[in-house]
Amino acid sequence: MKKLGIINYDQGNIKSLKNAINYVGFECNLLNSHENLKDYDTLFLPGVGAFSGAMHNLNSKGLVEPIKEYVRSGRKIVGICLGMQLLFEKSYEFGEFDGLALIEGEVLPFINKIELKIPNVGWNNVINKQNYSMLESDYYFVHSYYCKPKKNEDILFTSTYGIEFCSAVKKNNIVGFQFHPEKSQKKGLELLKTILNE
Amino acid sequence: MNKIRLIPVIFIKNGFIVRSEKFIQHKKIGNVVNQIRRYNQWDVDELIFIDISREKFHDSMRTDHKIERVNSIDQILNSVSNECFMPLAFGGGIRDLETIKRYIKNGADKIIVNTLFFENPNIIEKAIEIYGSQAIVLSLDFKVEIKKLCFYSNNGKKKEKENFEDIIKRITNIGVGELLLNSIDKDGTGEGYDIEVIKMFVDSLPIPVTACGGAISYYDFEQVALIKNISGIAAGNLFHFTENAYPNSKRKLKEKKLNFR
Repeated sequence: MKKLGIINYDQGNIKSLKNAINYVGFECNLLNSHENLKDYDTLFLPGVGAFSGAMHNLNSKGLVEPIKEYVRSGRKIVGICLGMQLLFEKSYEFGEFDGLALIEGEVLPFINKIELKIPNVGWNNVINKQNYSMLESDYYFVHSYYCKPKKNEDILFTSTYGIEFCSAVKKNNIVGFQFHPEKSQKKGLELLKTILNE
Repeated sequence: MNKIRLIPVIFIKNGFIVRSEKFIQHKKIGNVVNQIRRYNQWDVDELIFIDISREKFHDSMRTDHKIERVNSIDQILNSVSNECFMPLAFGGGIRDLETIKRYIKNGADKIIVNTLFFENPNIIEKAIEIYGSQAIVLSLDFKVEIKKLCFYSNNGKKKEKENFEDIIKRITNIGVGELLLNSIDKDGTGEGYDIEVIKMFVDSLPIPVTACGGAISYYDFEQVALIKNISGIAAGNLFHFTENAYPNSKRKLKEKKLNFR
């Protein structure tokens, strides 16, 4: 049995992620500290709110280095929403802040206009850029910033909201979803199951 | 681009789903958890829950329902979030930060506020600071009185002094993530949505707008869906009373090549 954990660093509703993981047939623990990360096969990095606040919480809980070390060991990490953005080198949300730098690239704001409402809230489709065409579907998004990977080969899905942006990344053991699979009904659960079974 | 969300609104009074009409009449129409299961099967885009209990007491115990007794909004939220994998917005009577924290901890993705916006906006600002703007939805109740837009708080009972321009400025500045726009006049009447007012808000605000109040058939959804840049369409009574109203509406809207999931 795989050992799964959700990094719990005081960033909003993680209950639904835990419920969704259980629903597709996996057990998972909530991890409140940096201890024992090395015992896990898959870690989820969730998150809502501001990038800087999230990095601050990860730092103050001493999680930044242990997460990097865990990822270096080749085991899987799945970032969701803000958790995906944290995987990148840098964000420009309310200033300029360093991320976990596990994927090359940065996090940029959508340009707000009356005809482009921010936050981007709602169901949008994704276009597969790797070999996951069976997971092309509508997923639920809620975000004001988007990730821009430096390397095109890291892009898993793209979506369009005013511009075409990267809606999921996958680089070996590092996976990130800008949308919420745990809030995307049956298709979201299917995607979680696929990723967890790999 | 994003699909337009079609969102059932569930009014809860003392643990039961009730129908709403002009914010006054409420009739019990069913048990919360059973109804949620139906919505789950219909693969809805999102669910909005509004607690309209005057006294904060919930009891959905009915001996003919094979489900556990549900006594509080927290328990309703808990049982819903255990089996629903869709966005959940909760509101109704929220007056403090503790309630917001508790609802989010119990599985709410978004908190809907109304009276706080007029009486204690600093609590909204604090909640945005903690959870981000996307977690807070402003619900705005309006009436058209002698061609003038008037805004109400306290469950439609207290008239506020702000005019349209004031409201637009305040919504933009406070930084809530979404607007849920309710017509008090149209609520539960089936007269159709107030298209003109909805347009005014969509054309003036930088945030997503969801319209609520007045639907009697999918035709009413179609009229709202034609508004450029509308984000969501919400309805209560229609989905509770008409058999399969949700999947049938979705199918018809998609047949018309409108942008739905």
